[in-house]
Amino acid sequence: MNILVCISNVPDTTSKINFKDQNEAFDTNGVQFIINPNDEFGLTRAIWLQQKSGAKVTVVTIGDSSCEPILRKCLAIGADQAIRIDAHPLDGFFVASQLAALCKKETYDLIITGRESIDYNGAMVGGMLATMLSLPYVANCIQMDVEGTNVSLQREIDGGKETLISTFPIVLGAQKGLVEESDLIIPNMRGIMQARQKPLTVESAITLNQATSVKIFEKPPEKGPVKLVDSNDVDGLIELLQNEAKVL
Amino acid sequence: MSVVVYIESQKGVVKKAGLEIASFGRAIADASQDSLVAVTFNLEDTSTLKLYGVDKVYNVNTEEDNFFNVERYANSIQNVVLKEAAKIILVSASADGRYLGPILAVKSKAAYFSNVVALPTSYDPLTVKRSCFTNKAFNESTTNEECSVISLCSNAYGLKEKQGLAEVVEASYETSSTSLKVVSVDKVTDKITIADADIVVSGGRGLKGPENWHLIEDLATVLGAATACSKPVSDMGWRPHSEHVGQTGKPVASNLYIAIGVSGAIQHLAGINSSKVKVVINNDPEAPFFKAADYGIVGDAFEVVPQLISKLKALKQ
Ligand SMILES: Cc1cc2nc3c(=O)[nH]c(=O)nc-3n(C[C@H](O)[C@H](O)[C@H](O)COP(=O)(O)OP(=O)(O)OC[C@H]3O[C@@H](n4cnc5c(N)ncnc54)[C@H](O)[C@@H]3O)c2cc1C
Ligand SMILES: Nc1ncnc2c1ncn2[C@@H]1O[C@H](COP(=O)(O)O)[C@@H](O)[C@H]1O
Repeated sequence: MNILVCISNVPDTTSKINFKDQNEAFDTNGVQFIINPNDEFGLTRAIWLQQKSGAKVTVVTIGDSSCEPILRKCLAIGADQAIRIDAHPLDGFFVASQLAALCKKETYDLIITGRESIDYNGAMVGGMLATMLSLPYVANCIQMDVEGTNVSLQREIDGGKETLISTFPIVLGAQKGLVEESDLIIPNMRGIMQARQKPLTVESAITLNQATSVKIFEKPPEKGPVKLVDSNDVDGLIELLQNEAKVL
Repeated sequence: MSVVVYIESQKGVVKKAGLEIASFGRAIADASQDSLVAVTFNLEDTSTLKLYGVDKVYNVNTEEDNFFNVERYANSIQNVVLKEAAKIILVSASADGRYLGPILAVKSKAAYFSNVVALPTSYDPLTVKRSCFTNKAFNESTTNEECSVISLCSNAYGLKEKQGLAEVVEASYETSSTSLKVVSVDKVTDKITIADADIVVSGGRGLKGPENWHLIEDLATVLGAATACSKPVSDMGWRPHSEHVGQTGKPVASNLYIAIGVSGAIQHLAGINSSKVKVVINNDPEAPFFKAADYGIVGDAFEVVPQLISKLKALKQ
């Protein structure tokens, strides 16, 4: 089985978000980048298939050379090879189109994306990619059981879950549940050493028309101070919520 | 021309998110002088849509298929988009709406905007404000395509009544070319979901253990609210994963969010920041949640919450 795991390079969850160039660009100065948490759940699930049935795991990211450390980390976690498509990811459609071009050159049985990236939160790359390839897509995927060429999956829905069946090839949107937090693989010394020998190839991007353009960023307005109510005055809180905030 | 909106229903009745996206669609249709066309599936009564400004309803009957089939839904909506020569397509930010949006966009050769928080700031070219960086910022984006799909954040626009025609047209349920099939749905129907709730009551590690969760549940019951929790609480198995909110959990965009014994770590706040009013109850005045909240009580949850429950109960009677 050939598995492709799509990796998005995102600011660490605690990063302060700032903008530059008259708020037209994200300021990466001082920001630490990590593997998008949803992608890490997906990668771990892929590694399990590799360990169990010898699947080959390829990781791919669309980005400039600053993304290579996280690709090396994926290799240290256990991926067999990495591909970097050399382009600035302009939007979800751009990323999905690059991935679709790659998937038309190589054949993958299972393509794993994350539920969403925590930077642009588009939650769109997986669904777009699947549609471009005429493949089925399962968003918010919280379980996958492989039975030969069939696959049974669960999708988290509002207020519950849904069970689906399909055949390979398929595209998933991974999230917590597919594996648990405690299952995430922390690279050991051996993994880190091996990662240096594993192939990381750089491919050029295809050219295409951009579907959307981000014009300007802004931060939410500063919030006023919290209104504190004495712990013996629960009535006071209810009063404020009823008459001032008007939410009760 | 028309604006096409996908309106979600459950057991034949329009969901609240469906009325919100209809209200939003009406305002867009007015601004662009288009008619508002809804696509619904198995709707029993279209009269509510009349009150929310819908001009025409394509009601698809899915007979043999009881489940949400994303491909077949997308193909059926796409059919209406073509018929109506629509340039703007709208979906809610529910789990199904966010699933459908990107698929529909590629099928319709449309640009896709998720997390939209307000009416377009311009129509030529279509320009929208979206939240990004898990609610730590916003951006303004424009389309470069003829057609665009917009997914609106929950509770970002609200419900606005306006008289429409709601002329009903039968529509075809299109087929799918992929092998994907839903075989069962496991849904709690007697509980309000985080996605649908106006009020969410959330508990953190400060509650000490699952045996104390009656405090959260009782408060939620009297408020008609959904229950939620912080990540460590679901990681330790005190509560189901489906209640975990925050950056790596479910997003919350309720009108009121009450956090009890939650410290307010940046990853927790990232997921709940778009809630309108935030209340914190925590015994540590230094807890970061006090910087993010609108109202707060510095106090012991085990003393404050029972009082809150009994006062609210008295009030509701
Ligand atoms: C990559 C990553 C992603 C993450 N994603 C999420 C996420 O999506 N959601 C999330 O929630 N977290 C997330 N976290 C974890 C986050 O950093 C915090 O660890 C977590 O939110 C803390 O949970 P808590 O507030 O319940 O517990 P604690 O931080 O332990 O806080 C407990 C609070 O309860 C208060 N307290 C104690 N006793 C009482 C009492 N008797 N009465 C009232 N108050 C009391 C304490 O003062 C304290 O403030 C993530 C972390 C990482 C690294
Ligand atoms: N630049 C990128 N390179 C590779 N994969 C990406 C990139 N951006 C997003 N993805 C994948 O698409 C998923 C959803 O991203 P998004 O649609 O941006 O929320 C991510 O979890 C990744 O798996």
